[in-house]
Amino acid sequence: MDEKFDCIIVGAGPSGATAALRLAGAGLNVVVFERGKPGSKNMFGGVLYSTVLNKLIPDFWKEAPVERHVIRKRFSLLSSTAEAAFDLSFNAFDSPPYNNSFTVLRARFDRWYAGKAEEAGALIVTDANVEDFIVEDNAIKGVKAGIEGGDVRADCVICAEGANSLLAEKSGLKTRPGPSSTTLGVKEVISLPKEVIEDRFSLEDGQGASFEFFGTALGGAAGSGFIYTNKDTLSVGIGVPISVLKEKGLKPNDLIEGFKGHPAVARYLRGGKTEEFSAHMIPEGGYKAVPTLVKDGLMLVGDSAGLLNPSLFREGTNLAMASGLLAAETVIDARAKGDFSARTLGGYAERLKKSFVIKDLLRYKDVPAAIGSIPGLFSEGPEAILEFLQGHFTVSEKSKDELHSEIRKAFRNKVSMKKLLLELYRASKALR
Amino acid sequence: MEKKTLPEKLFLLSFKVDKTSHLVLNREFCLKCPESERTCLWICPSEVYKWDAGKTDIIVGYEGCLECGTCRIACGKGAIDWRNPRGGFGVSYRFG
Repeated sequence: MDEKFDCIIVGAGPSGATAALRLAGAGLNVVVFERGKPGSKNMFGGVLYSTVLNKLIPDFWKEAPVERHVIRKRFSLLSSTAEAAFDLSFNAFDSPPYNNSFTVLRARFDRWYAGKAEEAGALIVTDANVEDFIVEDNAIKGVKAGIEGGDVRADCVICAEGANSLLAEKSGLKTRPGPSSTTLGVKEVISLPKEVIEDRFSLEDGQGASFEFFGTALGGAAGSGFIYTNKDTLSVGIGVPISVLKEKGLKPNDLIEGFKGHPAVARYLRGGKTEEFSAHMIPEGGYKAVPTLVKDGLMLVGDSAGLLNPSLFREGTNLAMASGLLAAETVIDARAKGDFSARTLGGYAERLKKSFVIKDLLRYKDVPAAIGSIPGLFSEGPEAILEFLQGHFTVSEKSKDELHSEIRKAFRNKVSMKKLLLELYRASKALR
Repeated sequence: MEKKTLPEKLFLLSFKVDKTSHLVLNREFCLKCPESERTCLWICPSEVYKWDAGKTDIIVGYEGCLECGTCRIACGKGAIDWRNPRGGFGVSYRFG
């Protein structure tokens, strides 16, 4: 392409499309390169957090392909044979803006959202894989886009390539992420009739549920599982740190099958049919894994920058969209100044620090390490806790005093109370 | 629910297969890599990497790659040259 752009964006996911929407809306000449079609390569667990989106496109849910708004949240602790759950539902989340929590399927949602950026005037080039940057005097001046006439120049580049951050690593801002700071997500989309989903999950039309499973959801390995309700499908999957797969020699497909087969999970999937199998990495290194975000002519946003809240809140898309928006605001400033050096683009990192994005990452900076230091909470811990609870509610002819003393003894024989309390304390401190 | 095998699950997906692999192994490392460290053989969700029949070489079934990138992160030797498939090639999700 001979044309020089104000800004090139690599990747048409939530962060890239947000930056494109904002920049095109401000009248800038912006191009987005997407290596597939928008959404065709993307997968996530399933809940879109839309605080940023709802500011950019008010009441977006009226036109966007959202599946259900989440009014019910359930957190469950599994042992191999039992379950203890904490189940919340909020009527307040049943009316606009629906707590800004919607289940979506990314092939549909991302296509719609990239279309909004296109409507605003951004050029979206599909089937174009960016292989490298054009670098002059150590400054990024454009990209090599792997299409005919693929060297494309711009004042600056926003890298929104996602978790598999090949380009960010090429730029020198980032090194290859480690296996303990990266989680593998594996998911199946399972179809069920709409009425069955609503009856089974106690939902009305349009309402949705997010179920998170901890404890021995993965047969004793650290990690968790989830079920999210869509209109007429369920998103069912697992997240497991790559370091755990590596050390324990575990196969991802065995783990998701084991999770789906747990009695406390299988009952929700009965009669369902797998429609799609997918896998994607999640950058769960938290604050400590966030790289330097800018250099001359370049900014990193979204998953490629590791902007994901690894705590129980499981937020990613809103952080991605916020980062894309703040990067775009910075480009607008840089253009007014006519300066795209790291000094001016550093305004993006400053803006992020003042936003919920870095504040939350900082708040939960110890979560990734804490999860690594509490392996017992995925195996002996839940087994002992649920056996204790089962004992507590077991009807027998023993006196309650006798029974309770027996189960307390059994519990103490299984786990060290001191160790369990310490692990629970560490986990709660990191997660809440 | 009915249980599908991994090949049956992969059969549900749509792939546009390129003529050459976007995943290239540094075989000098790989063939010397001890059994216990050959993470690529078990860590890939679509089981792209497999021994050949005589266990003399690792076959890279890039055609079924889900493009997650896990193998590259897991390989302690950095022996996988991982590139994105050319634009328009590789997996396409219908749901995502």
